[in-house]
Amino acid sequence: MSVVESVSAAAALEVAGTAVELIDVVKRYGSHQALAGVDLRVEPGEFIALLGPSGCGKTTALRALSGLEQIDGGRIVIDGTDVAQVPVNKRDIGMVFQSYSLFPHMTALQNVEFGLRMRKVDAAGRRSRATEALELVGLGELAERYAHQLSGGQQQRVALARALVTRPRVLLLDEPLSALDAKVRVSLRDQIRRIQKDLGITTLFVTHDQEEALAVADRVAVMNAGNIEQIGTPEELYLNPRTSFVADFVGLSNKLDGNAVGGVVTVYGQPLSVLGESAVTGAVTAFVRPEDIALSDTGLPATVVSTSFLGSLRRTFVRLVDETVVAVQHEVSDKPQPGDSVALRFKGRPVAVSPRGGA
Amino acid sequence: MSARTARAPRVGATPSRTTATIVLVLAAFGFLYPLYALFRFAFWPTAQTHGFTLQHLERLADPGQSYMYSQLFEGIQNSLVIAIVTVVLMIVFLLPAMILAELRYRRLRQVIEFVCLLPISIPTVVLAVGFVPVYQQLWHVTGSVAWVLAFAIGIIVLPYAYRPIQSNMSGLDMVTLAEASRSLGAGWLATVWSVILPNLRRGILSSALITVSVVLGEYTIASFLTQNTFQTALALLQHADPYVAATFALGALLLIFLILVLIGAAGTFSGARKRKAA
Repeated sequence: MSVVESVSAAAALEVAGTAVELIDVVKRYGSHQALAGVDLRVEPGEFIALLGPSGCGKTTALRALSGLEQIDGGRIVIDGTDVAQVPVNKRDIGMVFQSYSLFPHMTALQNVEFGLRMRKVDAAGRRSRATEALELVGLGELAERYAHQLSGGQQQRVALARALVTRPRVLLLDEPLSALDAKVRVSLRDQIRRIQKDLGITTLFVTHDQEEALAVADRVAVMNAGNIEQIGTPEELYLNPRTSFVADFVGLSNKLDGNAVGGVVTVYGQPLSVLGESAVTGAVTAFVRPEDIALSDTGLPATVVSTSFLGSLRRTFVRLVDETVVAVQHEVSDKPQPGDSVALRFKGRPVAVSPRGGA
Repeated sequence: MSARTARAPRVGATPSRTTATIVLVLAAFGFLYPLYALFRFAFWPTAQTHGFTLQHLERLADPGQSYMYSQLFEGIQNSLVIAIVTVVLMIVFLLPAMILAELRYRRLRQVIEFVCLLPISIPTVVLAVGFVPVYQQLWHVTGSVAWVLAFAIGIIVLPYAYRPIQSNMSGLDMVTLAEASRSLGAGWLATVWSVILPNLRRGILSSALITVSVVLGEYTIASFLTQNTFQTALALLQHADPYVAATFALGALLLIFLILVLIGAAGTFSGARKRKAA
């Protein structure tokens, strides 16, 4: 399918973005608090990824927004209206699920038509719009196939078309790529982002895969224990994590012992600035990125444990004298061998810290 | 030693073709020989007749003996009515309960399974004896009509009606399908009607057909509650005209066999239709 065709199909769907807001949203399951007062504002047309480990509340937040879960407190505002008490079928949202959710007794086209049928759109209008939606996801030729005749990636693309065809105010994606193999994931991920940009639809995307979140989202909300720890652009999260959890969860970090005083943390005798306005003093854990450490002729002595070729870079694990293992990222051309004696040098970039044992 | 170990049959291994054929033939003999004997009895009845004959069935048309056979035809009619009412009861009560438990009250699934499978562990005679006082009261209200037996037979049918629907449900992610449907704007009724039921069609059909076959073969409850059904009429006729009774018994067995073939074909047809459509 050409880009021109795709853009024209997108124009035909005429989806527009809407502001979405979660205000102090609370959700409990018995004594467990899945959402502990979540606040999140999504601008019209924005693509937000909810990122976090299993059980952090990201899927619950999405399901609360969709209406599939009733909240115990707070407000959910879509386009200026509180929809917390509105049932899911009246919220005008589109949703793609983690597990394949195509209706098995319907063809791809009938699946896409379903939402329109529920909205009493006439048969000709249904067929025309469903066909356009299938073309948008590049599956116009497979319209008459049943779910069991489609691959996992194709099924999720049909599910995306089905979610978009009703021109919803918000698109919710609940780990739609997690069941797919790596290559299809990347391809579909890029396709979702392209379509989202073409349509300008406000989108929330739940994932536990940080690479996925950082690659597609305008902003990423990192969740932990029912709260949003930090929300920001992928660059902000990676380069300026506000909490030790974010520093640890987003990207790879070495957790090194240090001593913090007055915004400076000393790690293995080398002073490093502390990120943000941390008031932590005393014994801390410093989160040092592998790319913020270099192999050098002089510095902290270490022994190479292993080294891995990662395409455009190489990651080497070294063991310090105190048995701490540290990851270092460096040029592919440097090829240290296991057992080699090397020296490490901190590049001096600011690091996140947390009180020792509290990370 | 190792070669011998390698040739040793594994527990649970697929049997050889010869073993499978022998087992199949023995099983088929066990099932088919009584049917053959019944057929032989009904249609090669006496030493005087030579070969196949329908002479005993001619008595069915004899006006002089019509009263004897009218009991049989009334029994067949009653059994069919009971079968229809029982299927309706299954669809009206069991199916919605199972769908609700699957979609909304998942903790109840085990309770429903326990209740549905319970009748299989209670001898039908025990159930029938328990039903007698209940029906004595019930018939004060309804009169002594046969279709009311459907409430009692519906209980002994539960395990057979439950299993095909449950098996169908376990192959579907009903919760996700329902959530997808609702997120697309469908209410609960539209979700059940347009998404859930079409995907349970095979299980429902199997359940209904098995229910019919169980009802047609049910004797104990009808006998204890002194109702004229196909089986009780057949038992009575057995004394007066064993040849006609044998013929109808054979017919009933063939009908049940046909029902089982239909159940198998229902699934195959559904799959083939989809493949053809693609």
